[in-house]
Amino acid sequence: MTVMEQRGAYRPSPPPAWQPRTDPAPLLPDAEPYRVLGTEAAAKADPGLLRRLYAELVRGRRYNTQATALTKQGRLAVYPSSTGQEACEVAAALALEERDWLFPSYRDTLAAVARGVDPVQALTLLRGDWHTGYDPREHRVAPLCTPLATQLPHAVGLAHAARLKGDDVVALALVGDGGTSEGDFHEALNFAAVWQAPVVFLVQNNGFAISVPLAKQTAAPSLAHKAVGYGMPGRLVDGNDAAAVHEVLTDAVRHARAGGGPTLIEAITYRIDAHTNADDATRYRGDSEVETWRGHDPIALLEHELTERGLLDEAGKQAAMDAAEAMAADLRERMNQDPRLDPRDLFAQVYAEPTQQLREQQAQLQAELDAESEGSHR
Amino acid sequence: MTTVALKPATMAQALTRALRDAMADDPSVHVMGEDVGTLGGVFRVTDGLAKEFGEDRCTDTPLAEAGILGTAVGMAMYGLRPVVEMQFDAFAYPAFEQLISHVARMRNRTRGTMPLPITIRVPYGGGIGGVEHHSDSSEAYYMATPGLHVVTPATVADAYGLLRASIASDDPVVFLEPKRLYWSKDSWNPEDPQSVEPIGRAVVRRSGRSATLITYGPSVPVCLEAAEAAREEGWDLEVVDLRSLVPFDDETVCASVRRTGRAVVVHESGGFGGPGGEIAARVTERCFHHLEAPVLRVAGFDIPYPPPMLERHHLPGVDRILDAVGRLQWEAES
Repeated sequence: MTVMEQRGAYRPSPPPAWQPRTDPAPLLPDAEPYRVLGTEAAAKADPGLLRRLYAELVRGRRYNTQATALTKQGRLAVYPSSTGQEACEVAAALALEERDWLFPSYRDTLAAVARGVDPVQALTLLRGDWHTGYDPREHRVAPLCTPLATQLPHAVGLAHAARLKGDDVVALALVGDGGTSEGDFHEALNFAAVWQAPVVFLVQNNGFAISVPLAKQTAAPSLAHKAVGYGMPGRLVDGNDAAAVHEVLTDAVRHARAGGGPTLIEAITYRIDAHTNADDATRYRGDSEVETWRGHDPIALLEHELTERGLLDEAGKQAAMDAAEAMAADLRERMNQDPRLDPRDLFAQVYAEPTQQLREQQAQLQAELDAESEGSHR
Repeated sequence: MTTVALKPATMAQALTRALRDAMADDPSVHVMGEDVGTLGGVFRVTDGLAKEFGEDRCTDTPLAEAGILGTAVGMAMYGLRPVVEMQFDAFAYPAFEQLISHVARMRNRTRGTMPLPITIRVPYGGGIGGVEHHSDSSEAYYMATPGLHVVTPATVADAYGLLRASIASDDPVVFLEPKRLYWSKDSWNPEDPQSVEPIGRAVVRRSGRSATLITYGPSVPVCLEAAEAAREEGWDLEVVDLRSLVPFDDETVCASVRRTGRAVVVHESGGFGGPGGEIAARVTERCFHHLEAPVLRVAGFDIPYPPPMLERHHLPGVDRILDAVGRLQWEAES
């Protein structure tokens, strides 16, 4: 049969049946960020949990102000403050079980500390005496990650590996609004959904990527809506409502642990401080906006709720403040000691075994060090 | 396991066997990448692995190289030993941020508490008639990144031995597979336990007294051919196969150059900023008083990789190598 004869015999038919692979409706975030404090849902919240969140928030705020002060005293090279975002930081740490893993960005030292990392070790990166100051395996906190969103695929891979090994471990990855524009954000969410990995993504939408507002970052209805494109649920939550963030995170972690796959959570919050101490926020935003957000402060919101319900009195507030001051005093004292520096550490752990070339370079450095110390003894 | 006597095998078969044996020996070894599962890889190097070990051990990933390597980092953090396939040299570039910012430095930045035993297999180099983006020699990028090992086999036996060693290594290894040698054949016994080669040792492939050709990967057979052709000119060339660009085996290379007094570095990668510059400098620094002539480089031109119908003009061939050997100041001897 010739081609023309085949064409003559051609009978158009409809293509194979098509239907969406997932029903998008259940994946859509709510129209409004979820709130607990000041709503009917607050009555159902566990008083013990609320009090614990409060103590951690107060401690977290003090940690932020103390670390910022340390930059002014030259004890920290830089500090990206999470002031105003403490509800997200603290809830992230508290929503996880011991065996779970946290994947923080550089702004999440507080989350690492709330999970148990030693405050000084958590600040090693920002002091500049080493990169990661803690053993990630000790508290299952991955190194603070500077290249944006690159820690998200790590969280997916770890969660996937845990599931392959039969461990019911969940990974929680933290990222900012700016990070959602990165390719690694996309790839991580896609892998997570395809693999149904037990991982939760928490986007702290604090309004700015250094100076660039969200409107220049995305045209999506919300960052939580991005979840639908990957086939995972998106949740919107008031990021300054510690009880709400904790509840949404806990639900997502439970869902992931039960084999339900990943969740993308967008927490609406605000970066009260500049990007870091080296940034000047007055160049790109007005005071009134900051003041508006100060009126929706995570500590004040929870304090109001606890006080209204008779769960917190002046003595309770004082106790939280005293604990925070003790932490700050300890941090101050330890950070005021010069870190131990050994230039020979530079060559340790580049490889499991140093190469011949590194051994030679290490010997060169040693000779320089010897000459230096000889010179100083003269 | 059946005993396999010495018989001809291709480099691709040896690589497959290395992956299979590594997976059989160690349940933490996981193969992942684009098309590595059902299809067995575009070069068929992962053929049969998904069937034998299941798709959880040999996984078809979404098509995203940063995601592949990034998730492999997380898997390694949890104690697995991922073997990642980048489908082609130029397709590996999206993964560079993960490679440079995380894979290469995780051990160092965590003071050794979090090593990443990841093997990244990258088919590389030209000579197979590939269209644009399928023939790059990207080794200089990897060499310039501290924390990575960079390994490349030139023989069937080395393909097996070096890949086994790479997977067993507790450090990340970029394992560069010369595409045009995938179908090269050699007699090879996969049951020989000595076939697992240590990473970081070069080997003299051909002994000679006149000059040393320092090369690796796809250029090794070209240099051996050039060495045979050079006999007509009265030159007895030694050929050193580096096998590992990082760590670099100064000892074997310099011992050869000190014997011969002359050296040419041969590779497909561009000469400017390429591996040859580093190698020539290392040889000159260490063997200056043994050298009868400057160390020369025969490299690909400093151009974007050419279209397939022109690639033979770009790739270092026998004539260009012999021309360089001819410029090693032999006049001084006569």
